[in-house]
Amino acid sequence: MRAINKLTSTAVPLPLTDIDTDQIIPARFLKAITRDGFGENLFRDWRFKKDGSPIEDFILNNPIYSGEILIAGKNFGCGSSREHAAWAIADYGFSVVVSSFFADIFKGNALNNGIVPITVSEAFLDTIFKTIEQNPKATFSLNLEETSFKNETTGETVLFEIDEYKKNCLIKGYDDLDFLLSLDKEITAFEKQQVVY
Amino acid sequence: MSKTLFEKIWERHVVKSIPGGREVIYIDRHFIHEVTSPQAFAGLKKRGIGLRNIDKTTATADHNVPTLNQHLPIKEELSRTQVAKLVSNCDEFGVELYGLGHEKQGIVHVIGPELGITRPGTTIVCGDSHTSTHGAFGAIAFGIGTSQVEQVMATNCLILTRPKTMRITINGKLKKNVFAKDLILYIISKLSAAGGTGYFVEYAGEAIENLSMEARMTVCNMSIEMGARGGMIAPDQTTIDYLKDKPFAPVTEEAIAFWQSLKTDQGAIFDKEYVFDATDITPMITYGTNPGMGIKVSDSIPAQESERPLQYMGLEAQSSLLGKPVNYVFIGSCTNSRIEDLRIVAEYVKGKRKADNINAFIVPGSKKVEAQAKAEGLDHILQAAGFEFREPGCSACLGMNEDKIPAGEYCVSTSNRNFEGRQGPGSRTFLASPLTAAATAIAGKIVDVSEL
Ligand code: SF4
Repeated sequence: MRAINKLTSTAVPLPLTDIDTDQIIPARFLKAITRDGFGENLFRDWRFKKDGSPIEDFILNNPIYSGEILIAGKNFGCGSSREHAAWAIADYGFSVVVSSFFADIFKGNALNNGIVPITVSEAFLDTIFKTIEQNPKATFSLNLEETSFKNETTGETVLFEIDEYKKNCLIKGYDDLDFLLSLDKEITAFEKQQVVY
Repeated sequence: MSKTLFEKIWERHVVKSIPGGREVIYIDRHFIHEVTSPQAFAGLKKRGIGLRNIDKTTATADHNVPTLNQHLPIKEELSRTQVAKLVSNCDEFGVELYGLGHEKQGIVHVIGPELGITRPGTTIVCGDSHTSTHGAFGAIAFGIGTSQVEQVMATNCLILTRPKTMRITINGKLKKNVFAKDLILYIISKLSAAGGTGYFVEYAGEAIENLSMEARMTVCNMSIEMGARGGMIAPDQTTIDYLKDKPFAPVTEEAIAFWQSLKTDQGAIFDKEYVFDATDITPMITYGTNPGMGIKVSDSIPAQESERPLQYMGLEAQSSLLGKPVNYVFIGSCTNSRIEDLRIVAEYVKGKRKADNINAFIVPGSKKVEAQAKAEGLDHILQAAGFEFREPGCSACLGMNEDKIPAGEYCVSTSNRNFEGRQGPGSRTFLASPLTAAATAIAGKIVDVSEL
């Protein structure tokens, strides 16, 4: 997994609520057997017409907006458990997703793929959207070590919550499996005493 | 100290606590399917390791499979490749596979319970969010991402944060023609599509206790649609009776005694509680693009609903769905494709004929359900009524296999998600119970089955 700690970038705003994983990556694109190339189909049906031509008013097709940070409305990533949604977001080039609320499984999947999900208040989210509306080139900064996220235009900084263990994994680029494999003895001891009906 | 059912099972599975609050949880059962497993197998290969416990893993092919002519090669190349990859991976790693053509094949959440692999008191995962279905047996069951699929394959463990607990109690008895599907759509409409996020739900109360195992699975299945990690129901005599003749379930005296101990203690505290009255529940339908946008079929679409979902659905606020013509009816998916669902539909359509505008197809959840339906003659009843009786798979629940609803068309569906494009690009979904779906197929338009 790639490591991430500090980042300053412009952001792409997507001010819709309840963006579900079927929109992030529609089911018909889940047929790959590798993890690569999902970025091409991120938000596929919002981004492209049936014939493959871009839908011009969709934000990702507007060259004014770019950057490694995606800003989305409340309840981002609801729906299915497909990790492909996180792969698509990472593969497209986002490393940070900011919202006022994340669906559980998506959040876990993001963390397992080097994406930092940042939960902020509705009010802070609103000012971010306003800042970008006024200046699409406005920048924002993540400092994972300090768990802070800053709107460089207004100077406002918020502290966000992230589990200590996960934070360290992200900074070091480790995943859960490395850790679990190191627990072989404990797992074996657990299995020995367990009675399963 | 008094404990909830969830806590009792969770605590039995803690391998280790990690500073910062996470816990390493042991996973007893792992189901895999073709869509979310290939990258996990590839990860194992890359590390040069195998599965920790082959005998705790069961695989099937369901999402990508056609529901017609399953004996022929899958037409679409990518689907065929993914299913073939599952076969070769299972072969290479020694995993038991109930693949296409196998008598035990079916939707992963239908076969686990019907084979008795799903059992009370266990922890169960699958790379699929509707794994919550298995909670109907009093198990902690939830969906995981592919990285976690790999972790469970390699170590039978996951690193998890303990979710908060919620109890939803439904007192009283359900009215005639009101089903588990209506009950759960009602709950989700009350809590919203995010109301359960961060929680693990226990369903309780008289209305839940009176449900069959099939109906309990329908309820737990849709827990994820309100954002909850999972849902569960305490095992009771109904659970034990269901498991008795299942091939893999050890219904021994010790097992029964243990299962009976699995209930929430008096006085145990939940982080959140809701209480509803069963008599308030009537046949439900969704009008929008998430499962929280549900109404009583006799009510109108709320005035305050936002524009986007209604625009997508081609509907107007404050209008009623009753009498709305639709062209598709889909009965199937891990929510409503069990034998009981098929019986409800068959009983209603017997001697009737679908309306001319309707394409109706009914897809059993598994080979066993299909065989049982045939043994009972349900296939003939359904076909005589103009329904297509298909072979098992996820089918039109998600636009991934050949079964799709065309753009702009309405479908009354017994599945669990009405997201934009879920049943195929541009498709418009109304979620409802099997009886509402069946009655819609006959009438050619949406009807209120409480008046049947
Ligand atoms: S039937 Fe639908 S919800 Fe269930 S496992 Fe298949 S695709 Fe997922």
